[in-house]
Amino acid sequence: MTKDECKQVVLDIIADIAPDEDLSNVKPDVRLRDQLQLDSMDFLDIVMELRKRHGIEVPEADYIQLASLDSCAEYLTPKFNALASKG
Amino acid sequence: MSSTLPRIVITGVGLTAPNGNSLAEFRKNLLTGVAGVERMEVRYMGTLLAGVCHYDALKYQKKKELRVGTRAGSISIYCAREALADAGLSVDALVKDRTGIYIGCTEHGNVETENEIYNISKFNYDTKFWSHYHNPRTVANNPAGETSLNLGTTGPAYTIGAACAAGNMGLIHAAQMLRLGEVDLAICGGVSESIHTFGIFAGFKSQGALASHEDPTKASRPFDKARNGIVVSEGGALYTLERLDDALRRGAKIYGEIAGYCVNSDASDYVLPNPQRQAECVRKALANARLEARDIHIVNTHATATPLGDIQECEAIRAVFGEGCPDTHINNTKSFIGHCMGAAGALELAGNLPSFDDLVVHPTINVDDLDPQCALPGLVLNVPKKAGRVDAILNNSFGMLGINSTLIVKRYAA
Repeated sequence: MTKDECKQVVLDIIADIAPDEDLSNVKPDVRLRDQLQLDSMDFLDIVMELRKRHGIEVPEADYIQLASLDSCAEYLTPKFNALASKG
Repeated sequence: MSSTLPRIVITGVGLTAPNGNSLAEFRKNLLTGVAGVERMEVRYMGTLLAGVCHYDALKYQKKKELRVGTRAGSISIYCAREALADAGLSVDALVKDRTGIYIGCTEHGNVETENEIYNISKFNYDTKFWSHYHNPRTVANNPAGETSLNLGTTGPAYTIGAACAAGNMGLIHAAQMLRLGEVDLAICGGVSESIHTFGIFAGFKSQGALASHEDPTKASRPFDKARNGIVVSEGGALYTLERLDDALRRGAKIYGEIAGYCVNSDASDYVLPNPQRQAECVRKALANARLEARDIHIVNTHATATPLGDIQECEAIRAVFGEGCPDTHINNTKSFIGHCMGAAGALELAGNLPSFDDLVVHPTINVDDLDPQCALPGLVLNVPKKAGRVDAILNNSFGMLGINSTLIVKRYAA
C-alpha cells in the first residue's frame, strides 16, 4: 500500500462517519479537526473502523498520529504493509 | 381540577404515524380509512407486519446526527420541531432554560443493544468491537436528550417510562410541571422506535399476541371476532403545552384544554389487564376533570386487538359509560396504525383532537364481525360518524405491569 492509498482508506472512513462533510479539498498537512467537523467520538470511530474493516489496531497512546492525513499515512501505511506481508 | 391551578392548553402538535407525517395527513387518513401497516423484515424472524413511519428524517437533522443518534431520538426531534412550528414558536426565540421536554417511552435501549450484539457477533463476540456510542444511545433519557441537543434547550429534558401508557404520561407530567411553574413551555407526548428490535416481536409472538393477516392493512382489528393480536408500530406525537394565560398573551391557536387525568396501577399481574382498576382510572380522571361520564363525547380506547385485552377494556368502559351516555362515541385508532407503544396514547389523542372542529368521530376500522363481548353502545365502526357535539375527549392508554393512564381534553372555552 502506498501512502496515497492509505490516505484514501482514511478518507473513505471519514466519508462514512462524517457524511455531511465535503471531503473534496481536505488538506493532507492540516489537522483534520481544523478543517472538518470532527470531535473526539469521531476519532474513536476512525479507530473502530480501522479495526473492523482492516484489522488495524491503534493504541490509545498513538491516537495523536491520526491528526492529519499526512500523519495518518506515515503511521498507518507501515501497519497496512506489515499486515499484508503476514497475509 | 381545582380552579386555583393554572389552566393548561395544547397549542401545537407534531407527529409521525405509520399513515401520516402531520396532523392534517393523519386525520385525513383516519377519516378515509387509510391504514398504515406494512410488511417489514425483522432480524432473525423474517417478514412480519409492522407500522412503519416514513417521515423525512433529514428535515431537521444532519446525516451525522442520524448516524450517531437513535431512531427514537430522531422521531422525537422531528415531532418536537413540527410541534413548535405548528404552535408558531421559533426555536431561536425559545426561552431555553424555561422549556421542558417530557417524552413518554415504553422502553428504550433494546434496539441499540440488539444492534451492538449483532455487530459483535460478526467479530466472534469480541467486545472491543462494541460501539462507544452504546451508552449515550441507550440511556433512558436518550430521546429527550437528543431533542434538547437539537433544539438547544437547557431546561429539564427526560423521558417517562410507563410501558404503553407512556404517551398520555408525557402530557400529564408536562401539565403538572407547568402548573408547578417549573417551566413555561413544555414539549411533551410519546415516541416509540420499537419496530427496530426483534425482541418485542418475538416476545409478543411467544405470548401468542402478535397479529397476522394476509392483508397488512387488515391485521390490526380491535373488537373484531377474528382479531389475533398486536401489530407493533413506531411513531411519535409531541405537543406544545402552555399555561392558558401565556397562550392567550401570545395569541396562540388553542387545540384544547387539559381537563383532567388519572394514573393508577393494577397491582395484579405482569401482563394481564385489570378491568376494575381501568374503570377506576377512568372514573378518577372524570372526577379530576369535574365531568360526568355523559359529558364525554369521544372515548378513544386503548384496545390492542388481543382476544382478552379488548374484552377487558370493554368491560371497564361498559362499567363507566354503559348507561346514560347517549352522546358518547367510542373509537380506536390502533385499527389504522397498529400499536405505537410509547407513542400510542399521544398519537391517538392527536387523531381525535380535530373532532373539536369538524365534529366528526373517526371510526374503528377492520370490524367485519363485531365480537359481541366488545359490542359497546356508541362504538363507531368502519365509517366516520358525525357527532352532535364534541366538547370532551377521553383517551385511555394502559401498559404492562398494570399501569393505566386516562387523559381528558376538553374544548377550550374562555
